[in-house]
Amino acid sequence: MCIKKTGVRAAALWASGAILATVTASAQAGYQLNFQEPATKLAREVYDLHMMMMYICGVIFVGVFGVMFYSVFKHRKSSGRTAATFHENTTVELIWTIIPTIILIVMVWPVTKALIAMRDTSSADITIKATGYQWKWGYDYIKGEGEGIKFMSMLSTPREQVEGRAPKGEHYLLEVDNNVVVPVGKKIRILTTAEDVIHAWYVPAFAVKQDAIPGFIRDTSFRADREGIFRGQCAELCGKDHGFMPIVVEVVSAEKYSAWVAEQKARLSVAAEDPNKVWSLDELKQHGEAVYTKNCAACHQATGKGLPPAFPALDGSKIATGSKEVHLDIVLNGKAGTAMQSFGKQLSDTDIAAVLTYERNSWGNKTGDMVLPAEVKAARK
Amino acid sequence: MNIATAANGHVTAHDDHDHAPKGMMRWLTTTNHKDIGSMYLWFSFFMFLVGGCMALTIRSELFQPGLQIVRPEFFNQLTTLHGLIMVFGAIMPAFVGFANWMIPLQIGASDMAFGRMNNWSFWLLPPAALLLVASMFVPGGAAAAGWTLYPPLTIQQGMGMDMAIFAIHILGISSIMGSINIITTILNLRAPGMTLMKMPLFCWTWLITAYLIIAVMPILAGAVTMTLTDRHFGTHFFSAAGGGDPVLFQHIFWFFGHPEVYIVIIPGFGVVSQVISTFSRKPVFGYASMVYAIAAIGILSFTVWAHHMYTTGMPISAQLYFMYATMLIAVPTGVKIFNWTATMWRGSLSFETPMLFAIGFIFLFTLGGFSGLVLAMAAVDVQMQDTYYVVAHFHYTMVAGALFSAFAGLYYWLPKWTGHMYNEKMGQLHFWLSFVFFNMTFFVQHFLGIAGMPRRIPDYALQFTEFNQISTIGAFGFGLSQLLVVYNVISCMRSGEKAPAKPWEGAEGLEWEVPSPAPHHTWEVQPIIK
Repeated sequence: MCIKKTGVRAAALWASGAILATVTASAQAGYQLNFQEPATKLAREVYDLHMMMMYICGVIFVGVFGVMFYSVFKHRKSSGRTAATFHENTTVELIWTIIPTIILIVMVWPVTKALIAMRDTSSADITIKATGYQWKWGYDYIKGEGEGIKFMSMLSTPREQVEGRAPKGEHYLLEVDNNVVVPVGKKIRILTTAEDVIHAWYVPAFAVKQDAIPGFIRDTSFRADREGIFRGQCAELCGKDHGFMPIVVEVVSAEKYSAWVAEQKARLSVAAEDPNKVWSLDELKQHGEAVYTKNCAACHQATGKGLPPAFPALDGSKIATGSKEVHLDIVLNGKAGTAMQSFGKQLSDTDIAAVLTYERNSWGNKTGDMVLPAEVKAARK
Repeated sequence: MNIATAANGHVTAHDDHDHAPKGMMRWLTTTNHKDIGSMYLWFSFFMFLVGGCMALTIRSELFQPGLQIVRPEFFNQLTTLHGLIMVFGAIMPAFVGFANWMIPLQIGASDMAFGRMNNWSFWLLPPAALLLVASMFVPGGAAAAGWTLYPPLTIQQGMGMDMAIFAIHILGISSIMGSINIITTILNLRAPGMTLMKMPLFCWTWLITAYLIIAVMPILAGAVTMTLTDRHFGTHFFSAAGGGDPVLFQHIFWFFGHPEVYIVIIPGFGVVSQVISTFSRKPVFGYASMVYAIAAIGILSFTVWAHHMYTTGMPISAQLYFMYATMLIAVPTGVKIFNWTATMWRGSLSFETPMLFAIGFIFLFTLGGFSGLVLAMAAVDVQMQDTYYVVAHFHYTMVAGALFSAFAGLYYWLPKWTGHMYNEKMGQLHFWLSFVFFNMTFFVQHFLGIAGMPRRIPDYALQFTEFNQISTIGAFGFGLSQLLVVYNVISCMRSGEKAPAKPWEGAEGLEWEVPSPAPHHTWEVQPIIK
């Protein structure tokens, strides 16, 4: 089969014109057509690999559809064509089996190299464990400078913006209360795991995406080559608020990082609670309300009415008005098979005591009970 | 194809007194492949509209950032049901409908091999669909873990999840029975002289598809049953706390799931091959290599499942293997595209609606193939996995692929089924509107995914707004365009121009030897193929 050059050229012109028009139109409107600006060497490699694929696919596309559209325009019955009768040609069929195979081998070689580099998580400078919870991330700096730092990181976009009662900010849904801070130019290894269901830790500018699987630890790594704030999201459907658990990584200079570490260490030592502090019911309730808003309201709602049956109401519930021990147990250890996670590992004795006190004395619940941090401590196994 | 009919097996005198019961009982008790085929097609079209309404609700919510129309938990139910309904309720039954109608006509058989089982495999569908739709109204709502049903999220769900599991069981049984019927019919009831390599390609594609269904539906049934026992009977297949592994489910699911995507698309290959050949007035180029390519795709589909799971953290050796195996599928798929192009080359082309849909299929399915190649590259896939790029990719293969080929088949065989011509102008309008709005809906989703928008989220960051708005407008355009085909089919049945036995000049095959509409009983005496 011979391919007429003019047809191919006409089709190529047509196609490239159409693509150019789309691209210019979109670029003017400021729509993003490609990856986020890469911030690691590997992400740049992925960017280039993708462009290579686009070019190869583009050429094949123009070639194949050049031929097809030549037929569409020239071999019409309406222009009086009678059909040829050929229906096979072993040589041609062999050629178009072998050539694509060769193209694939050419494409696969650089991808293999990139993949091998990507999966090398050895000799990291800093190791951070990222734990997925419904619906927030917990971070533990477990090795390297900053070892021992731990914090929870959750969406900081106010509910009013989500519900359209306030104008949306610049980083709507991509902002958190505590950023993951890492130094520039250092290899950071991220261990991923999860507490409840599968999540995925995804930061596009680093070309990093790793599932966080409950009960297992997986790893990935990146070495950011410039400072800045990089935003990503959970990428594996993890329930109701899957769309509301972003990841924000702040890459800073080595000095700034050391300063941040010092600050965090100081915060951690201050936060170490005074177990002998004497709380009043109102003080505990007030602290409990803050803890509740942050950790419980997503499911049980600020009104305590929940979203039954998946997320039961606390207002008037048997657990929140019944025995303290049962209430404490479910908050500390969670309830298997439901979205109720164990908060024992996430919250301090005081936080748990406060939130229990709040739940037992809010809305219609008027038990008058006060749960003390010491009781929580005793209940931990 | 060089099929010459020696004897027209149809007994004309028989039309006037088919012994079918009248009214509702005719449809409940029928064992006639044409009646059952029609019921499959109507059912799948209805489910297509149901699933489509869900898609439009999803797109409405995504029209702008923020939560406006549905709550996140309901949004997740919609994405889950949309997927399950479209795959198991719309596309698969549609092609079984085509198989029922066309395979006996094309191979010169008087009916399907197992008439009563055929009836049963259709009548299992409505209860399964009812379970899925009704699950939206039970406490806790429908399953909301995505159509892939990954645990441990599935363990947290309410009884809607159990209803989905039972629906999948029933749909699976129905598909398996349908497949047994198709395989038996094709292998045993061909007209004398019609060797396998003389069969129309549509029959070949269904033969291979039916084997795939029998191989993988039990695997899905196993996976969801394990979920069921994890939920209610204290097993820990998918829970690390009890020694299980959540990723095990993904392996089992995708061992079913990857052949499943070919189950959805391969019968479409058959339809498109025949339509392209008819309207090019030329035999299919490389018939034998088409058959081998489809068989190769079918076999390879069992060896690539974990390319859906590149980010689960499997060993690099496994990633490399699955990457290479996946790319291998591009070769037979490429062969098919080249063969279709060569079929058109130097033909005598005309562009009636079936041909438009077939060319639209090749054009857009190739784009879906390219994005599939990008996704196959594990290093690049890390960026794309679970983003809108994946959503765009599989809608190019499922909608522009499977659905467009089903429309090609619908317009192609509608005159044979109804005895009337459809409205050609309206058919062409349906194609062009579908084509434009489809691309408007899904092409921009590539950009969203590349820029980092995860899939299955009810709300998104501000930089994704513009493309989402374009996509939503496109989706409504696409949805409304489908009303044209509803109108066209109904008016064709009622008042279309009378169709001859062979309405398409270039058409070949036994189905055009019987009158239009095909009488209740055909090929009671088998034709002899020389």
